[in-house]
Amino acid sequence: MSVKTEVNGDVMIAYLSGELDHHSAKQIREEIDAAIEANMPTLLVLDFKDITFMDSSGIGLVMGRYKVLSQNGAELSITNPSPQIYKVMQLAGLGRLAKIEKGGLKNETVK
Amino acid sequence: MKQLNKFTMTLLSRSSNESFSRVAVTAFIAQLDPTLEEINDIKTAVSEAVTNCIVHAYKNEIGKIYISVRILECNVVEIKIRDKGCGIADVEKAMTPLYSSEGGERAGLGFTVMQSFMDSLRVSSREGKGTTVTMKKRISVRLNGNA
Ligand SMILES: Nc1ncnc2c1ncn2[C@@H]1O[C@H](COP(=O)(O)OP(=O)(O)OP(=O)(O)O)[C@@H](O)[C@H]1O
Ligand SMILES: [Mg+2]
Repeated sequence: MSVKTEVNGDVMIAYLSGELDHHSAKQIREEIDAAIEANMPTLLVLDFKDITFMDSSGIGLVMGRYKVLSQNGAELSITNPSPQIYKVMQLAGLGRLAKIEKGGLKNETVK
Repeated sequence: MKQLNKFTMTLLSRSSNESFSRVAVTAFIAQLDPTLEEINDIKTAVSEAVTNCIVHAYKNEIGKIYISVRILECNVVEIKIRDKGCGIADVEKAMTPLYSSEGGERAGLGFTVMQSFMDSLRVSSREGKGTTVTMKKRISVRLNGNA
Protein backbone atom coordinates (compact mmCIF):
# COMPACT_ATOMS: atom_id res chain seq x y z
CA MET A 1 0.00 0.00 0.00
CA SER A 2 1.40 3.41 -0.89
CA VAL A 3 0.52 6.94 -1.96
CA LYS A 4 2.73 8.91 -4.34
CA THR A 5 1.83 12.49 -5.10
CA GLU A 6 2.67 14.72 -8.01
CA VAL A 7 1.86 18.42 -8.17
CA ASN A 8 1.32 20.37 -11.42
CA GLY A 9 0.41 23.92 -10.48
CA ASP A 10 -3.00 23.77 -8.81
CA VAL A 11 -3.54 20.12 -9.64
CA MET A 12 -2.36 17.36 -7.35
CA ILE A 13 -2.41 13.75 -8.46
CA ALA A 14 -2.26 11.05 -5.80
CA TYR A 15 -1.26 7.68 -7.22
CA LEU A 16 -2.63 5.04 -4.88
CA SER A 17 -1.53 1.44 -4.87
CA GLY A 18 -2.35 -1.80 -3.09
CA GLU A 19 -5.67 -2.79 -1.52
CA LEU A 20 -8.00 -0.14 -0.16
CA ASP A 21 -9.95 -1.62 2.73
CA HIS A 22 -10.53 -0.80 6.41
CA HIS A 23 -7.05 -2.13 7.25
CA SER A 24 -5.23 0.23 4.89
CA ALA A 25 -7.63 3.20 4.83
CA LYS A 26 -6.23 5.05 7.84
CA GLN A 27 -2.70 5.31 6.51
CA ILE A 28 -3.84 6.24 3.00
CA ARG A 29 -6.14 8.90 4.45
CA GLU A 30 -3.37 10.42 6.57
CA GLU A 31 -0.96 10.56 3.65
CA ILE A 32 -3.49 12.15 1.29
CA ASP A 33 -4.60 14.70 3.89
CA ALA A 34 -1.02 15.69 4.68
CA ALA A 35 -0.39 16.23 0.96
CA ILE A 36 -3.60 18.27 0.59
CA GLU A 37 -2.57 20.46 3.48
CA ALA A 38 0.93 20.97 2.12
CA ASN A 39 -0.11 21.75 -1.46
CA MET A 40 -3.65 23.15 -1.22
CA PRO A 41 -4.63 22.01 -4.73
CA THR A 42 -7.80 23.27 -6.44
CA LEU A 43 -8.17 19.84 -8.05
CA LEU A 44 -7.18 16.52 -6.48
CA VAL A 45 -6.98 13.53 -8.78
CA LEU A 46 -7.07 10.14 -7.07
CA ASP A 47 -5.54 7.62 -9.42
CA PHE A 48 -6.75 4.05 -8.81
CA LYS A 49 -4.71 2.33 -11.53
CA ASP A 50 -2.67 0.31 -9.04
CA ILE A 51 -5.42 -0.28 -6.49
CA THR A 52 -6.22 -3.98 -6.80
CA PHE A 53 -9.24 -4.11 -4.46
CA MET A 54 -11.63 -1.67 -2.82
CA ASP A 55 -14.71 -2.03 -0.62
CA SER A 56 -16.98 0.44 1.18
CA SER A 57 -14.11 1.57 3.42
CA GLY A 58 -12.66 3.06 0.22
CA ILE A 59 -15.96 4.76 -0.51
CA GLY A 60 -15.80 6.33 2.95
CA LEU A 61 -12.27 7.48 2.21
CA VAL A 62 -13.22 9.10 -1.10
CA MET A 63 -16.29 10.79 0.45
CA GLY A 64 -14.15 12.07 3.30
CA ARG A 65 -11.57 13.60 0.91
CA TYR A 66 -14.43 15.17 -1.05
CA LYS A 67 -15.56 16.89 2.17
CA VAL A 68 -12.06 18.11 3.01
CA LEU A 69 -11.62 19.51 -0.50
CA SER A 70 -15.00 21.16 -0.79
CA GLN A 71 -14.34 23.06 2.44
CA ASN A 72 -11.46 24.67 0.55
CA GLY A 73 -13.52 25.14 -2.61
CA ALA A 74 -11.48 22.45 -4.37
CA GLU A 75 -12.63 19.58 -6.56
CA LEU A 76 -12.04 15.87 -6.74
CA SER A 77 -11.66 13.56 -9.65
CA ILE A 78 -10.98 9.83 -9.97
CA THR A 79 -9.03 8.03 -12.67
CA ASN A 80 -8.44 4.43 -13.77
CA PRO A 81 -10.65 2.39 -11.42
CA SER A 82 -10.72 -1.34 -12.25
CA PRO A 83 -14.11 -2.84 -13.17
CA GLN A 84 -14.54 -4.14 -9.58
CA ILE A 85 -13.79 -0.74 -8.11
CA TYR A 86 -15.94 1.07 -10.66
CA LYS A 87 -18.86 -1.19 -9.73
CA VAL A 88 -18.53 -0.28 -6.04
CA MET A 89 -18.22 3.42 -6.90
CA GLN A 90 -21.31 3.28 -9.11
CA LEU A 91 -23.33 1.60 -6.37
CA ALA A 92 -22.30 4.35 -3.97
CA GLY A 93 -23.18 7.10 -6.45
CA LEU A 94 -19.66 8.56 -6.23
CA GLY A 95 -20.14 10.04 -9.69
CA ARG A 96 -22.19 12.77 -8.04
CA LEU A 97 -19.19 13.92 -6.00
CA ALA A 98 -16.33 13.40 -8.41
CA LYS A 99 -15.72 13.02 -12.09
CA ILE A 100 -14.78 9.38 -12.70
CA GLU A 101 -12.55 8.75 -15.72
CA LYS A 102 -12.27 5.05 -16.48
CA GLY A 103 -9.23 5.82 -18.58
CA GLY A 104 -6.45 8.22 -17.59
CA LEU A 105 -6.78 11.95 -17.14
CA LYS A 106 -7.22 13.95 -20.27
CA ASN A 107 -4.05 15.94 -20.85
CA GLU A 108 -5.66 19.37 -20.81
CA THR A 109 -6.85 18.80 -17.24
CA VAL A 110 -3.27 18.35 -16.09
CA LYS A 111 -1.62 21.08 -18.13
CA MET B 1 -30.22 -28.04 -0.87
CA LYS B 2 -27.65 -30.80 -0.71
CA GLN B 3 -24.20 -29.85 0.50
CA LEU B 4 -21.38 -30.94 -1.80
CA ASN B 5 -18.38 -29.39 -0.10
CA LYS B 6 -17.56 -27.25 2.93
CA PHE B 7 -14.76 -25.08 4.30
CA THR B 8 -14.67 -23.44 7.71
CA MET B 9 -12.23 -21.13 9.41
CA THR B 10 -11.99 -19.09 12.56
CA LEU B 11 -10.06 -15.84 12.65
CA LEU B 12 -9.26 -13.23 15.24
CA SER B 13 -10.89 -9.87 14.54
CA ARG B 14 -7.65 -8.20 13.49
CA SER B 15 -7.80 -5.89 10.50
CA SER B 16 -4.75 -7.62 9.03
CA ASN B 17 -7.06 -10.63 8.45
CA GLU B 18 -9.44 -8.74 6.15
CA SER B 19 -7.41 -9.40 3.02
CA PHE B 20 -6.67 -13.02 3.93
CA SER B 21 -10.31 -13.86 4.66
CA ARG B 22 -11.64 -12.65 1.31
CA VAL B 23 -8.82 -14.36 -0.59
CA ALA B 24 -9.29 -17.64 1.31
CA VAL B 25 -13.04 -17.74 0.63
CA THR B 26 -12.65 -17.07 -3.08
CA ALA B 27 -9.78 -19.56 -3.37
CA PHE B 28 -12.10 -22.27 -2.04
CA ILE B 29 -14.82 -21.28 -4.49
CA ALA B 30 -12.39 -21.42 -7.42
CA GLN B 31 -13.32 -25.11 -7.86
CA LEU B 32 -16.61 -23.90 -9.42
CA ASP B 33 -14.69 -21.98 -12.09
CA PRO B 34 -16.33 -18.61 -11.39
CA THR B 35 -15.80 -15.63 -13.70
CA LEU B 36 -13.50 -12.85 -12.57
CA GLU B 37 -16.56 -10.68 -11.92
CA GLU B 38 -18.14 -13.36 -9.71
CA ILE B 39 -14.89 -13.73 -7.77
CA ASN B 40 -14.70 -9.97 -7.27
CA ASP B 41 -18.34 -9.72 -6.19
CA ILE B 42 -17.80 -12.43 -3.56
CA LYS B 43 -14.49 -10.93 -2.42
CA THR B 44 -16.14 -7.56 -1.90
CA ALA B 45 -19.16 -8.97 -0.04
CA VAL B 46 -16.93 -11.07 2.26
CA SER B 47 -14.75 -8.06 2.95
CA GLU B 48 -17.82 -6.06 4.01
CA ALA B 49 -19.09 -8.72 6.40
CA VAL B 50 -15.68 -9.41 7.95
CA THR B 51 -14.92 -5.71 8.33
CA ASN B 52 -18.25 -5.23 10.13
CA CYS B 53 -17.23 -7.89 12.67
CA ILE B 54 -13.95 -6.08 13.26
CA VAL B 55 -15.27 -2.50 13.29
CA HIS B 56 -18.68 -2.97 14.94
CA ALA B 57 -19.18 -6.37 16.57
CA TYR B 58 -15.86 -6.34 18.40
CA LYS B 59 -15.42 -2.59 18.56
CA ASN B 60 -13.33 -2.45 21.73
CA GLU B 61 -12.03 -6.00 21.88
CA ILE B 62 -10.53 -8.77 19.82
CA GLY B 63 -12.98 -11.62 19.27
CA LYS B 64 -13.43 -14.57 16.96
CA ILE B 65 -14.93 -14.46 13.48
CA TYR B 66 -16.40 -17.75 12.24
CA ILE B 67 -16.58 -18.22 8.50
CA SER B 68 -18.12 -21.16 6.70
CA VAL B 69 -18.39 -21.64 2.97
CA ARG B 70 -20.60 -24.37 1.56
CA ILE B 71 -20.93 -25.48 -2.00
CA LEU B 72 -24.48 -26.63 -2.60
CA GLU B 73 -26.22 -28.21 -5.57
CA CYS B 74 -26.71 -26.21 -8.77
CA ASN B 75 -23.42 -24.29 -8.35
CA VAL B 76 -24.76 -22.34 -5.37
CA VAL B 77 -22.28 -21.00 -2.83
CA GLU B 78 -23.41 -20.20 0.71
CA ILE B 79 -21.17 -18.05 2.91
CA LYS B 80 -21.84 -17.58 6.61
CA ILE B 81 -19.95 -15.00 8.63
CA ARG B 82 -20.67 -15.05 12.34
CA ASP B 83 -19.46 -13.14 15.37
CA LYS B 84 -20.20 -13.23 19.08
CA GLY B 85 -19.96 -9.48 19.41
CA CYS B 86 -22.33 -6.71 20.44
CA GLY B 87 -25.19 -7.63 18.08
CA ILE B 88 -27.54 -5.28 16.24
CA ALA B 89 -30.58 -3.82 18.00
CA ASP B 90 -32.48 -2.91 14.83
CA VAL B 91 -31.41 -4.99 11.83
CA GLU B 92 -33.76 -3.32 9.40
CA LYS B 93 -32.41 0.12 10.27
CA ALA B 94 -28.81 -1.15 10.11
CA MET B 95 -29.43 -2.43 6.57
CA THR B 96 -30.74 0.91 5.30
CA PRO B 97 -28.38 2.30 2.64
CA LEU B 98 -26.10 5.05 4.02
CA TYR B 99 -26.94 4.24 7.65
CA SER B 100 -23.90 3.92 9.88
CA SER B 101 -23.76 3.90 13.66
CA GLU B 102 -20.19 5.17 13.46
CA GLY B 103 -19.46 8.78 12.68
CA GLY B 104 -16.08 9.25 11.10
CA GLU B 105 -15.68 8.09 7.58
CA ARG B 106 -18.00 5.10 7.25
CA ALA B 107 -20.23 5.34 4.19
CA GLY B 108 -22.93 3.05 5.62
CA LEU B 109 -22.90 0.96 2.47
CA GLY B 110 -21.57 -2.43 3.62
CA PHE B 111 -24.95 -4.19 3.68
CA THR B 112 -25.93 -2.48 0.42
CA VAL B 113 -22.81 -3.90 -1.24
CA MET B 114 -23.50 -7.41 0.14
CA GLN B 115 -27.10 -7.20 -1.03
CA SER B 116 -26.35 -6.09 -4.55
CA PHE B 117 -23.25 -8.22 -5.19
CA MET B 118 -24.78 -11.48 -3.91
CA ASP B 119 -28.07 -13.18 -4.87
CA SER B 120 -29.37 -13.22 -1.31
CA LEU B 121 -28.46 -11.82 2.10
CA ARG B 122 -29.89 -12.74 5.48
CA VAL B 123 -28.89 -11.06 8.72
CA SER B 124 -29.84 -12.44 12.09
CA SER B 125 -28.68 -10.80 15.26
CA ARG B 126 -29.25 -10.63 18.99
CA GLU B 127 -28.06 -7.78 21.10
CA GLY B 128 -25.20 -8.83 23.33
CA LYS B 129 -25.00 -12.24 21.62
CA GLY B 130 -23.77 -11.60 18.12
CA THR B 131 -24.62 -11.52 14.46
CA THR B 132 -24.77 -14.01 11.60
CA VAL B 133 -24.70 -12.90 8.00
CA THR B 134 -25.67 -15.54 5.41
CA MET B 135 -25.14 -14.83 1.74
CA LYS B 136 -25.73 -16.97 -1.31
CA LYS B 137 -24.68 -16.69 -4.90
CA ARG B 138 -25.14 -18.97 -7.86
CA ILE B 139 -22.01 -19.32 -9.94
CA SER B 140 -22.71 -19.37 -13.67
CA VAL B 141 -22.03 -22.63 -15.47
CA ARG B 142 -19.80 -22.05 -18.45
CA LEU B 143 -20.36 -24.20 -21.52
CA ASN B 144 -16.75 -25.26 -21.95
CA GLY B 145 -16.10 -25.16 -18.22
CA ASN B 146 -16.40 -27.74 -15.47
CA ALA B 147 -20.18 -28.06 -14.81
N1 LIG C 1 -21.44 -7.67 12.79
C1 LIG C 1 -22.01 -6.57 13.29
N2 LIG C 1 -22.13 -6.40 14.63
C2 LIG C 1 -22.71 -5.29 15.15
N3 LIG C 1 -23.20 -4.27 14.41
C3 LIG C 1 -23.11 -4.38 13.07
C4 LIG C 1 -22.52 -5.52 12.44
N4 LIG C 1 -22.61 -5.36 11.10
C5 LIG C 1 -23.21 -4.17 10.91
N5 LIG C 1 -23.53 -3.58 12.07
C6 LIG C 1 -24.26 -2.30 12.24
O1 LIG C 1 -24.92 -2.01 11.01
C7 LIG C 1 -24.53 -0.73 10.54
C8 LIG C 1 -24.52 -0.74 9.01
O2 LIG C 1 -23.51 -1.59 8.52
P1 LIG C 1 -22.87 -1.28 7.09
O3 LIG C 1 -21.77 -2.24 6.83
O4 LIG C 1 -23.96 -1.21 6.07
O5 LIG C 1 -22.30 0.21 7.25
P2 LIG C 1 -21.00 0.68 8.07
O6 LIG C 1 -20.17 -0.50 8.44
O7 LIG C 1 -21.42 1.55 9.17
O8 LIG C 1 -20.22 1.54 6.96
P3 LIG C 1 -19.34 0.96 5.74
O9 LIG C 1 -19.57 -0.52 5.67
O10 LIG C 1 -19.87 1.67 4.52
O11 LIG C 1 -17.93 1.32 6.06
C9 LIG C 1 -23.20 -0.44 11.17
O12 LIG C 1 -22.95 0.94 11.26
C10 LIG C 1 -23.37 -1.11 12.54
O13 LIG C 1 -24.08 -0.27 13.42
MG1 LIG D 1 -19.62 -1.96 7.07
